[in-house]
Amino acid sequence: MTIKQTLKLCFLLLIFSCASSKISKIEGERLTIDENINPKTEIENFIKPYREHVNKDMDNVISYAPETYTKSDGELNTAIGNLMADAVYDEGNPVFYKKTGKYIDFVLLNHGGIRSIISKGNVTTRTAYEVMPFENSVVVAAIKGDKVNEMMTYLANAKRAHPVSRQLQLTITADNEVKSATVHKEPIDVTKTYYVATNDYLYNGGDGMTFFKPNDGLTVLDYKIRNVLIDNFKKTDTLHPVRDNRFIKLNF
Amino acid sequence: MKRRQFIQKSTAATVLAGVGGLGLQSFGSSKTKKITILHTNDVHSHIDPFGPDDGRNANKGGVARRATLVDAIRKENPNTLLLDAGDIFQGTPYFNYYGGELEFKLMSMLKYDVATIGNHDFDNGIDGLYAQIPHAKFDFVSANYDFSNTVMDTHVKPYKIIVKDGIKIGIFGLGIKLDGLVDKNMYKETVYLDPIEKAQDMSRLLKEEQKCDLVICLSHIGYDYKKDSDKVSDLKLARATKDIDLIIGGHTHTFLPKPTIEKNSVGKNVLVNQVGCYGLYLGKVDFYFNSGKNIKADGAAIVV
Repeated sequence: MTIKQTLKLCFLLLIFSCASSKISKIEGERLTIDENINPKTEIENFIKPYREHVNKDMDNVISYAPETYTKSDGELNTAIGNLMADAVYDEGNPVFYKKTGKYIDFVLLNHGGIRSIISKGNVTTRTAYEVMPFENSVVVAAIKGDKVNEMMTYLANAKRAHPVSRQLQLTITADNEVKSATVHKEPIDVTKTYYVATNDYLYNGGDGMTFFKPNDGLTVLDYKIRNVLIDNFKKTDTLHPVRDNRFIKLNF
Repeated sequence: MKRRQFIQKSTAATVLAGVGGLGLQSFGSSKTKKITILHTNDVHSHIDPFGPDDGRNANKGGVARRATLVDAIRKENPNTLLLDAGDIFQGTPYFNYYGGELEFKLMSMLKYDVATIGNHDFDNGIDGLYAQIPHAKFDFVSANYDFSNTVMDTHVKPYKIIVKDGIKIGIFGLGIKLDGLVDKNMYKETVYLDPIEKAQDMSRLLKEEQKCDLVICLSHIGYDYKKDSDKVSDLKLARATKDIDLIIGGHTHTFLPKPTIEKNSVGKNVLVNQVGCYGLYLGKVDFYFNSGKNIKADGAAIVV
């Protein structure tokens, strides 16, 4: 070995001895958390008082559902969606009137905002939390008739059962064009101001709902959608939500 | 154990192959080190297990069970990190009642090391998130959310470096675009920056400047968007970057039975993993490190 070769080897040795650790092998697996694993006592004991406090409220029976209602049991309107939109109208309208001296014209919510089913049997506070876990609140936007028309076009194109309250009737054609739209059985008047209740998420453009702005004013009711449902359920011994013709599509 | 196994063979030759004849085998002592990465994502306040009547997730999940499992793995290998890829909040009344306090306290008791921020972690507003920070004894990382004009400033770092058994592990975070997903009143002045650009900066910094042996991205940008091919995702991120070893994802609630192996921008393997949601599963990735002799320049054997 020449001196040059020796130096080269020493240099290589130096490199390798200083080199950072290299990954030689990687193993990946997914572990299932199920009843075969015993809960850790310390953690279980820590959760217990929180669980008991929450459950005491959650298991409170506030109504009864004769059937199971899901957001997929109708094409453009569902029993559960109609129930929610009508509850926002029925509970929100007195609050809005008290604040402004005016009445809500109708309600629009979003299909994605129905987060769970209502199961047949006892309806508890937990049901309301499951259906509406988010903290969104009711707001009422004063929008002109042309904005309401924009909303109708949006609904016709969305092809989803976005919940609307019973004061609105929208019929669309097989080609997803607005065939007719009425509020309180009257055609939409572009010069008129409508008071539309929704939630703060949609008001701020959630789900691509851009028609709430610009507007002629906003009233924040400081009333969570979930509390609307709880208050509404408490007043109703047995829920009877139905699918109807408030938002329908023609076959031709 | 029923899991399918296959070994992805390294394509690269070993660096030492050329000089093997010079008797390097006698040099130094070879020691294998093992780093275990455990991870969750999108737990969404699921503290209790699902009940026996739940259709899809019956009897699965539960933080107290997760704690037992994590303890057992840590006992076997003390060089274990526990990470979460965001959406810790929202999904059960525990969040509505306690605002995330219980979630953070339990994660601290399980000794989580690092978490990133998901869109639902803004559900009580950025002030609601900030209010729970004192309960978190772990670190938050996000490289593409600029919190400097918010209350969260200084409480979220772009990255965190942890040294275990002499192995330097760099972990950085990435969050999803908030506009249109979260109400502006909730995230306030949080600024969303391009995740791929930030990931390129971070991996360069962690690998080249900080000389990390292992680079992990905790991502809440989502696994893959087939319907929306322009949308950035973990798979795109893996292909567009280099020097990331593992991307732990979230947001899309994707149940991967095993990590996905992607090729990065220079043709090296990157693992992308995500374990669905609600704490039904715990992800586990073991990295074995060799120093001294028989160092491969590239392409570790991957067993998944």
